[in-house]
Amino acid sequence: MQEYLTYSVYGSAILLMLIGLYAALVKKNLIKIVIGLSILDAGVHLLFVAVGYLNNATAPIFSEAVIGKNVVMADPVPQALVLTAIVIGFGVTAVALALVVRLYRKHNTTNIDEIKNLKW
Amino acid sequence: MKKLIVITLLLILGFYLISTFSSTPFGAEKVSGVKDFYLKQSPETLKVSNVVTAIVVSFRGFDTLGEVTVLFLASTALGSILYRRRTKHSGLNPQREAVISSSLVRTGAKVLFPMIILLGAYVFVHGHLTPGGGFQGGAIIATGFLLILISYRKFFINHNVLTWVEAIAGTTFVLIGIGGLIYATQNNFLENFLPEGTLNKLMSGGVVSIIYIAVGFKVGAEITGILDTLLTIKEAGLDPDEN
Repeated sequence: MQEYLTYSVYGSAILLMLIGLYAALVKKNLIKIVIGLSILDAGVHLLFVAVGYLNNATAPIFSEAVIGKNVVMADPVPQALVLTAIVIGFGVTAVALALVVRLYRKHNTTNIDEIKNLKW
Repeated sequence: MKKLIVITLLLILGFYLISTFSSTPFGAEKVSGVKDFYLKQSPETLKVSNVVTAIVVSFRGFDTLGEVTVLFLASTALGSILYRRRTKHSGLNPQREAVISSSLVRTGAKVLFPMIILLGAYVFVHGHLTPGGGFQGGAIIATGFLLILISYRKFFINHNVLTWVEAIAGTTFVLIGIGGLIYATQNNFLENFLPEGTLNKLMSGGVVSIIYIAVGFKVGAEITGILDTLLTIKEAGLDPDEN
């Protein structure tokens, strides 16, 4: 059971990261590349939160139902880090989309094959 | 051919990632690190029941100040990247304005908008008690404004008001931090200098709740500004004399 959970939870997070990287590397449309970066972000966040989980743990909130009882709490540090990372990811996506708008104005296309010096 | 190379590289990367992470089983006890300190200090000395909020605002408060700055820079950079000549910038996109959304959407938006704002305010006021906080509440408020922006095409957001809300909220954050330097017992930046109150009451946590309310206003104003800038930009080709 433990083995199955390890591979399914980490595996799905890593699969999301790989899907995002694939989109960012292969797709021709700039908007799709930005979407790929967002999916990569989501995969990293999922991986972080999954690493911080402990067996039978509750959320790290001392509500009335939890105070005084001897409960295990999930690691709050990765959750705080992911909270930061989500906000930074939003900022990155917004700036990337603004750059796409700028490129579209200049070249009238979002296909990177038609824009010089943007393909690999 | 290119796809094949990419897929091979990604499979190698995925294999090494998963073999690295499978050595730390899901849910097993790891090296505890600072976790135990945070879980003990947060309810006992700070009286903040949401430990994630305590870390983000108090223990790692300086990081959050930098994070808010990054968000501010992103919204400013957006404005400068999408900059048009000032005399031309009326703030309204004639192509967008020409489309009128259906009356169902407009009535629904009118009913839902105050409730969304109320939910956002609830989430950031109770950031130290329940899941949520300034960033989440600010994002919820921005979705309310997005709903209004896509259903009332002529709705105009005054960016001066947004700038003032951002400036006042950011200044509050920094002033509270400096207050910790002067009035707190150990004279640290962002240290708590107000009475802590009792755990699990609205009036608890000292400066943590006040800082998170300021962050909520700031994030709400910034995301609203970003959404408005991206929605109301003029399409290419409308201006004859653009480069």
